[in-house]
Amino acid sequence: MTNRKYEALVKKHTPKENKVKYAVTAFLVGGLMGLFGEALIRIYIMLFDVSRNDASTYMIITFIFVASLFTALGFFDKLVAKAKAGLLIPITGFAHSMTSAALDYKNEGPIFGVGSNVFKLAGSVIFYGVVSAWFFGLIRYIWEVLS
Amino acid sequence: MYFINSFLFCGIVCLIAELILDNTKLTPGHITAIFVCVGSALDAFSIYDFFIAKVGGGALLPITSFGHSLIHGALLAAESHGIIGLLMGVFDLTAAGITAAIIFTFVFTLIFKAKD
Repeated sequence: MTNRKYEALVKKHTPKENKVKYAVTAFLVGGLMGLFGEALIRIYIMLFDVSRNDASTYMIITFIFVASLFTALGFFDKLVAKAKAGLLIPITGFAHSMTSAALDYKNEGPIFGVGSNVFKLAGSVIFYGVVSAWFFGLIRYIWEVLS
Repeated sequence: MYFINSFLFCGIVCLIAELILDNTKLTPGHITAIFVCVGSALDAFSIYDFFIAKVGGGALLPITSFGHSLIHGALLAAESHGIIGLLMGVFDLTAAGITAAIIFTFVFTLIFKAKD
């Protein structure tokens, strides 16, 4: 069998991923998350009479709490498998990666299991976030000093 | 108007991520790291601040806003402390989110077990 025939055969038997469906789901779920976030900010402003900045922090903490709890209860993974980027890109994905990593390594003990693996996935976000924040911050700072 | 903008902005960011995820070999880990860098790059020229002013809550949820908060804290501290402030203020605004995620993870890890 030549390579080309083999490739055609592999292509035929690979399950077709419905990309359009995934894209639409991610858009709708992500959009609903955004809508819900804005609604929560409004609710917190009304309930606790706080500034918009404080209400935003409350909102983000609420999302982290819910994502963390649902991950610990075991059904957030199924939701992520369906909605994919719709749940991974909002802050819920950050909380989900931390809680799921901690639970996965729980049986290896509190230090070398949970403690050292909790940032296994979220660590790259913090690491590259800090590097880029420092780098672009430096550019902005120099630009402001010069002008 | 904030509600529609929130829906569209957060939806479009997730849509872009999903398209990258499906059409390249990048994993969700790659994409979140890239998006954080994009968020802080956009805020270096105050573009992300403009989004937040127009969109509201929908712009604070995607992981891009994490990068925005990192650089925003750094620049705020740099205003009062000079160039060393860039190192002092990086976590100022994101501290609440990171600490909350750590505390919740700790508590839930104590209570629950992994389900497979």
